[in-house]
Amino acid sequence: MFISEDALKRNFAEVKAGLRPKQAFEEAHRCLYCYDAPCIKACPTGINIPSFIKRISNKNMLGAARTILEANPMGASCARVCPTEELCEGACVLNDSSKPILIGDLQRFATDWAIRNNQQLFASGERNGRTVAVVGGGPAGLSAARELARFGFTVTVFEAKSQAGGLNTYGIVSFRLPQEIALWEVEQVRRLGVDIRTNVVVGRDVTADELLGTYDTVVLAVGMSKVPTLGIAGEELDGVYDAIELVESTKVSLSGELSGRRVVVIGAGNTAIDAATCSVRMGAEHVEICYRRSKQEMTAYEFEYEFAKSDGVAFRWLTAPVRIIGDEQGRVKAIECVRMKLEPADSGRRARPVTIPGSEFTIEADAVIKAIGQTRHVPLVEQFQLAHTRGIVTIDNETYQTSNPKVYAAGDVIFGEGQGDAMVVSAVQQGKLAAFAIYKQLVLDDPDGGSQT
Amino acid sequence: MADLRINLAGIKSPNPFWLASAPPTNTGYQVQRAFESGWGGAVWKTLGDPIINTSSRFAAVHFNGHRVAGFNNIELITDRPLDVNLKEIYETKKLFPDRALVASLMVEPKREKWHEIVKKVEAVGVDGLELNFGCPHGMAERGMGSASGQQPDLVERQTYWVKEAARTPVIVKLTPNITDITATAIAAARGCADAISLINTINSLAGVDLDSWNTIPHVAGKGSHGGYCGPAVKPIALNMVAECARNAKVSIPISGIGGISDWKDAVEFLLMGATGVQVCTAVMHHGFRIVEEMIDGLTNYLDSKGIERVSDLVGRAVPRYTDWGNLDLNYAVTARINTETCINCNKCYIACEDTAHQCIERAQDEESGASYLKVREEDCVGCNLCAIVCPVEGAIDMVEQPAAGVPMSWNERQAAIAKLSMKGA
Ligand SMILES: Cc1cc2nc3c(=O)[nH]c(=O)nc-3n(C[C@H](O)[C@H](O)[C@H](O)COP(=O)(O)OP(=O)(O)OC[C@H]3O[C@@H](n4cnc5c(N)ncnc54)[C@H](O)[C@@H]3O)c2cc1C
Ligand SMILES: Cc1cc2nc3c(=O)[nH]c(=O)nc-3n(C[C@H](O)[C@H](O)[C@H](O)COP(=O)(O)O)c2cc1C
Ligand code: SF4
Repeated sequence: MFISEDALKRNFAEVKAGLRPKQAFEEAHRCLYCYDAPCIKACPTGINIPSFIKRISNKNMLGAARTILEANPMGASCARVCPTEELCEGACVLNDSSKPILIGDLQRFATDWAIRNNQQLFASGERNGRTVAVVGGGPAGLSAARELARFGFTVTVFEAKSQAGGLNTYGIVSFRLPQEIALWEVEQVRRLGVDIRTNVVVGRDVTADELLGTYDTVVLAVGMSKVPTLGIAGEELDGVYDAIELVESTKVSLSGELSGRRVVVIGAGNTAIDAATCSVRMGAEHVEICYRRSKQEMTAYEFEYEFAKSDGVAFRWLTAPVRIIGDEQGRVKAIECVRMKLEPADSGRRARPVTIPGSEFTIEADAVIKAIGQTRHVPLVEQFQLAHTRGIVTIDNETYQTSNPKVYAAGDVIFGEGQGDAMVVSAVQQGKLAAFAIYKQLVLDDPDGGSQT
Repeated sequence: MADLRINLAGIKSPNPFWLASAPPTNTGYQVQRAFESGWGGAVWKTLGDPIINTSSRFAAVHFNGHRVAGFNNIELITDRPLDVNLKEIYETKKLFPDRALVASLMVEPKREKWHEIVKKVEAVGVDGLELNFGCPHGMAERGMGSASGQQPDLVERQTYWVKEAARTPVIVKLTPNITDITATAIAAARGCADAISLINTINSLAGVDLDSWNTIPHVAGKGSHGGYCGPAVKPIALNMVAECARNAKVSIPISGIGGISDWKDAVEFLLMGATGVQVCTAVMHHGFRIVEEMIDGLTNYLDSKGIERVSDLVGRAVPRYTDWGNLDLNYAVTARINTETCINCNKCYIACEDTAHQCIERAQDEESGASYLKVREEDCVGCNLCAIVCPVEGAIDMVEQPAAGVPMSWNERQAAIAKLSMKGA
């Protein structure tokens, strides 16, 4: 089976079209401009939504874009990837009486305008003489860097990959978030004078101690790492993929690697869905998701689930992998699974899946994609000698300061159990709050802070 | 960033957006909140001998699902004692020295009454006075408000009395309930007013309830006419401002009022000769915070046009406003339908066919069989109706045609005919 380059391109082009001007203005006029609006409270970055929508209806596109990006430096990406049903749109007062305002789409309309018109929306602050190293150029790091630059800090971002943007650039599928959107946001930060050094792996190319010795403060925003191993036989076989690496490969260059293949995805979070829909778009013949719990426990959003179903992805609930079976060439040829049942767990925890003995069966497959969460950057966290729980850096919940007062942390690197979902928008907000706490510590609360040194 | 400061006849404010004298400026608490939101100035709710207001006062006209296309009220001037208002004006001015705080006044048309109130309000430190000759209901029945504002001689005389006592600039607020607005504007100028503001509300009845047959609003089963304002009155107000601005006998600064809902409306008033604007209904609909949208939109507009000061906009469109007799009768536009953009709703077709000049044709593409609309340009008179009813931006353009002859207005034509017939005689 062969998939043409054109077909690949088409498959990976942004699925959703932006609102057309008339649609956008009609929708903007529908907004009630609520006072103390619930949508603002539901947005983790607190975008003044009624205000930006009013500005759209007033044909003040610059003002609308600035309102959004002021509160959320990744406002263009968030317009595409935020689970708006759970956030702003879920809080819209029109949910009960009509249908909620399409806040995400309007946000995209305004930020697309800013991108198209190549607007420079913010300026860096007057230099305050302090320096900050930001480790990791994802949403959290970039957001912190932008705010720090606006506060007048000299900011250097260290990024391991060849481009900044983190998962926005490499991890979220192109058909939901085209790379150029994430890169435009990176460029906006760079234009504030932030020095973004790519291809630098902190901990290897430059050590924690070097950064701590050179900069007044460090922001750790390295996100999470690879998908963990399944801990079953056959994981080393050719045809076993890490979901995040698979998505990343499609962000760098498109290939028909999976065309005609039968793909099994393990896990049922949003990453699993992305890996599954990605596989479909790479030309896979059949894609199914195996999850050891049932649909109720699935962590993917409802709209993600619907999206996968509409892409023809099949779901097998209460199914856990036992081993991956290879052929003589060391290639995946099948996966052996076992059926599960759920047992009530201790209060507050999710139901516990237990195997049903003797229920093993095999699914023929050419590829197995692991999507069971992400591991942590434990060695790096330890090199910084920060307090942590299994790699989740411990912070002060208000200031984002770690156990080392010179180090702050934001984004997925502090994301842990019981904290909702790992989302771009929360990473952005944490970056902003960490930046403000640094400004407070180094400038506002410092008797001679802010003076040129 | 553009400079938004204005100076209206000596009254300065950091931006051109003032609250009009109305419920939003009832109390010190409200005006202070407004100033915190960014309003550049406020005209205090009209002071005078306290009155009693009715309960059930406002009504609105909603248009096709949009709330408050127009707003109607039967409220009178302040119902709070003068000394309470004066104390709050004093406190507010002290807290916000950089904002324009203007007192609106209305008393019986007697010289001593005007002198007395002018002295009292100036003593608490207002930046200017606005004489309310416009309130169309209640007060008018007592010889005040629009009752005096409809008579040029009364406007002139009372303005003059105020000017005798006043040390701060005096703005005369005009009623639109008059045939020729320039008559009272000129009277105000003759009475030595420093500026005029317009418009106050227009006589109106918002509606009648189809079941109870009561007026809307009604007070215990009876209603009386109210004053109309809000988006619906903007064109009326804009014309009146423009008429005053282009009249050489008025020649004093103008504070524009009437239906201003966003920065775009404000720019139109400035272009038509207003130095600043006042807003009431939009604030009653959305709260003080609406000014943030106004300031931001105006700033971005000026910056995008490379205009440094908002004051540079004032009056720039006035020379383009003239009498009908001066319009070029040889200028022509015709409608052109862009088939690509057109959504084939046929609204333009039926509008032209039934109510204009029958020059839009329903055609069919020979190859595809798709129907499309086409203007017979030679029959199009350029009335704009099709473009007005078209729901899609860019689907119908009114295209300028090469001039059919040298420019010639009705006045020029009449003059030429007169000359010819003189020669012939
Ligand atoms: C497949 C997938 C789909 C997702 N979909 C959504 C979605 O639809 N909506 C949503 O809101 N969220 C989504 N998320 C979650 C979201 O992407 C993350 O929460 C967000 O990117 C976290 O931002 P961050 O800056 O903390 O980390 P990251 O985006 O992971 O950025 C960390 C950066 O640090 C760099 N880095 C790591 N180690 C080093 C080092 N040693 N030296 C230098 N640099 C280093 C990395 O290269 C990376 O650029 C998704 C995540 C995944 C994996
Ligand atoms: C409820 C209400 C009360 C008003 N009271 C006064 C008043 O006391 N004095 C006055 O000069 N104008 C008064 N006005 C008129 C406004 O100041 C203003 O001229 C008018 O509403 C037009 O502006 P707008 O379209 O922005 O509302 C009142 C208007 C309303 C709606
Ligand atoms: S707004 Fe409503 S609650 Fe407030 S005074 Fe008027 S009628 Fe009463």
